[in-house]
Amino acid sequence: MSATATPPRPSPVETRGGAEPAPAPARPGRRLGSRLGGWGFVAPALVIVLGLSIFPALWALLLSLQEWDGFSTPEFVGADNYVELVGDADLGAAVVHTVLYTALFVPSVVLVGLFLAVALNRRIRFVGLYRTAIFVPFVASAAATGILTTYLFNPQFGLMNNLMRVLHLPQQGWLEDPHQAMVVIAIMSLWGQAAFTTVIYLAALQDVPGDVVEAARIDGAGPWQIFWAVVWPQLRPVTTFVAIYMTLQAVQLFDLVYTTTRGGPLNATETIVYYLWQTAFRELDFGYGSAVAYGLFFVTLIATVIVTVQQRRAAAREQETR
Amino acid sequence: MSVDAPVLPRRPLDTAESVTTPPAPPARRRRGLPFSAWHLLLLPVAVVFLVPFVEMFLTSVTPASEINTFPRAFFPSSLTTAGYERLFAESDILHWLANTAVVSVVAIASHLVLCSLAGYGFARLRFPGRDIGFLAVLATIMIPTQLLMIPTYVLFARVGLIDTLGAAIVPWLASAFGIFLMRQFFLSLPAELEEAGMIDGCTRVQVFFRIVLPLARPALATLAIFTLLGSWNDLVWPLIAINDDQAFTLQLGLTNFQGNRRTDWSLLMAGNVVATLPLIAFFLVAQKQFVATMTFSGLKG
Repeated sequence: MSATATPPRPSPVETRGGAEPAPAPARPGRRLGSRLGGWGFVAPALVIVLGLSIFPALWALLLSLQEWDGFSTPEFVGADNYVELVGDADLGAAVVHTVLYTALFVPSVVLVGLFLAVALNRRIRFVGLYRTAIFVPFVASAAATGILTTYLFNPQFGLMNNLMRVLHLPQQGWLEDPHQAMVVIAIMSLWGQAAFTTVIYLAALQDVPGDVVEAARIDGAGPWQIFWAVVWPQLRPVTTFVAIYMTLQAVQLFDLVYTTTRGGPLNATETIVYYLWQTAFRELDFGYGSAVAYGLFFVTLIATVIVTVQQRRAAAREQETR
Repeated sequence: MSVDAPVLPRRPLDTAESVTTPPAPPARRRRGLPFSAWHLLLLPVAVVFLVPFVEMFLTSVTPASEINTFPRAFFPSSLTTAGYERLFAESDILHWLANTAVVSVVAIASHLVLCSLAGYGFARLRFPGRDIGFLAVLATIMIPTQLLMIPTYVLFARVGLIDTLGAAIVPWLASAFGIFLMRQFFLSLPAELEEAGMIDGCTRVQVFFRIVLPLARPALATLAIFTLLGSWNDLVWPLIAINDDQAFTLQLGLTNFQGNRRTDWSLLMAGNVVATLPLIAFFLVAQKQFVATMTFSGLKG
C-alpha cells in the first residue's frame, strides 16, 4: 500500500528529463509510429477529460454573454449579465449566506481536524476504533446526510431537541429557524468532512521530525510548549492548504442545502450555487446562470492566487530572517 | 486549486500502529487515572460521530407509531421490519440500487483502464505535445463543477443523454484526478524493470499490461475507491440530468423520497440504510485504502 500516497513530488509541470527511461532502441521503420504511439495511451482519457471540462468551460463563457432559455434563439447581450450581477439583491443575499456558512464551517473543520489528528496520533488502546468512528461519516452521501439532518434536528421529535428537553434547555427551531438553519448545515458538514482534515493533519504530523521534538523535550519543554513552538509551525503549509481547500468547497455548497432546507426558511440558506442552480434549471436562464458561475469562479480564483502568493512570500521572509 | 505541492503527505496513513512518531510522548498517565486522559476526549467524540448512524439504523426498525410522538423515547419499545417492507413494496429502490451499481461499476472499470493508460503515457512515453496535454489536464482540476453544469446539460440534451443512465455515467468515465494520480505513481516506479522487459522483446503495450499494471495495484485501489465514492454518492449532476425515475440513481431516488414521503421516517431511514450500508461495510473492510485515498485527494482541488 505504501506507494499509493507516496509518489515523489515532482512539481507537476516539470516532466522533461528525470525518471524517464531512455527511448527504447526502436527499429528504424517504427520510429515515427512509436513517437506518436504515446497518444494512443493518453488520447481516450484526454478526450473525455478535456471534452467535459475545457470545452464546456469555454461554452459557458460564451453563454454568459447571451440571453438564452435553452430553446429559442440565443441573443447576444455582451456584458449585460455581468452588469446585472452587481446589482442583483438576491445574489447579494446568497453571497452573504455563503460567506456566513464559510465562516462557520472552515475554521471549525480545520480546528477540529487538527485537534482530532493530535488526539488520534497516540499509542493508546482503542485508537483504531476511535479512528474508524470518526472517519466513517466520510462515506455518507449528501442525500443520506440531508435526511439524517432533517431527522436529528426535527423540532418536534428530533434527537437534538429531545436532548435539550432532558437537559432542561429551551427547545430550538433548528432548520426551521432562519437564524439557526445555516449553523445546523455547517454542523452536519463538519460531521462528514472532519475526517478529511483529520487525515491530512495526521499525515502531516508524521512528517514532523521526531528528533526536533525529542530535542525540545530534553530541553525541558512541556507537551503544550512543544506543540505550539515546534509542531504547529511545521504544520503551517498544511494549514494553509486545508483552509484554502475547504474554503473552495464551502463557497460551492449546494447539495446539503438541497437535501435539507432547499434554500429556506425565508431564503436563509440560499447559497450562491443554489441560486445558480435555480436560475439555470428552474428559471431556465442559462445566460445569467453562466455569468453567476463565472463570477464565482473569478472571485475564488483571484482570492486563491492572492492568498497563495502571500503565503509564499511570508514563508520566504521567514527563511531569510532565520 | 494551485495548491503548494509540499503539502502532499509522503506516507499513507496506516491504521493504529504505524502512526507513532512525533508528538506522541508515551501516553503519560495522570495520577489517579488507570488509562490515558485522551480517552476522556476521544470516547465522547467518537460516540458523537456515530450517533447519526445509530439513529439511522434504530429509526429504520422503529414502528412508525413511535416516531412522531412527544416526548419521544430514545429507544424504540419494539423492533419491526415494516419500514423495509414498505420500502421494497412501494418504491423502486432495488431498481435504483441496480442503476447506481451500474454507474459505479462502469465508472470504476473505465477509470482504471483509461486513467492508468493515460497516466503511463504521460509518465513514461515521449511524444510530441505530451507536456501541453498534461498541463491541460492539470488546468482542468481548477475548473469548478458549477461552471460546467449548464453547458454539459445542453450538450447532453443535444446528444440525447438526458434522462438516461448514460448521463450519470459519462462524466465518470475518466478524470483529471485519476490521470494525475496514476502518473505520479508511475513516476515513482523504477524504470529498470520496464527496460528489461523491452530488451526481452516486449512491446510497450505488453510491458504496460504484464509488468507495470501488476505493480500498480495500490494506486489502482486508491483510484477505484475515489471513483466509487464519487460516483455512488453523486447527487448534483444526476439531479440536473435525470428526471425520469426509471433512470434514477439511488441518491436521487432517496432525495425524491424525502420530498414525497417526508413523514414516513422508518421508510426513509430504511432507504438511507440501503444506500449507505454498502459503503460503510466497504469502508470497514478497506479502511486503510480509504484513508490513503483521502490523503491523496488532498491534492485535488
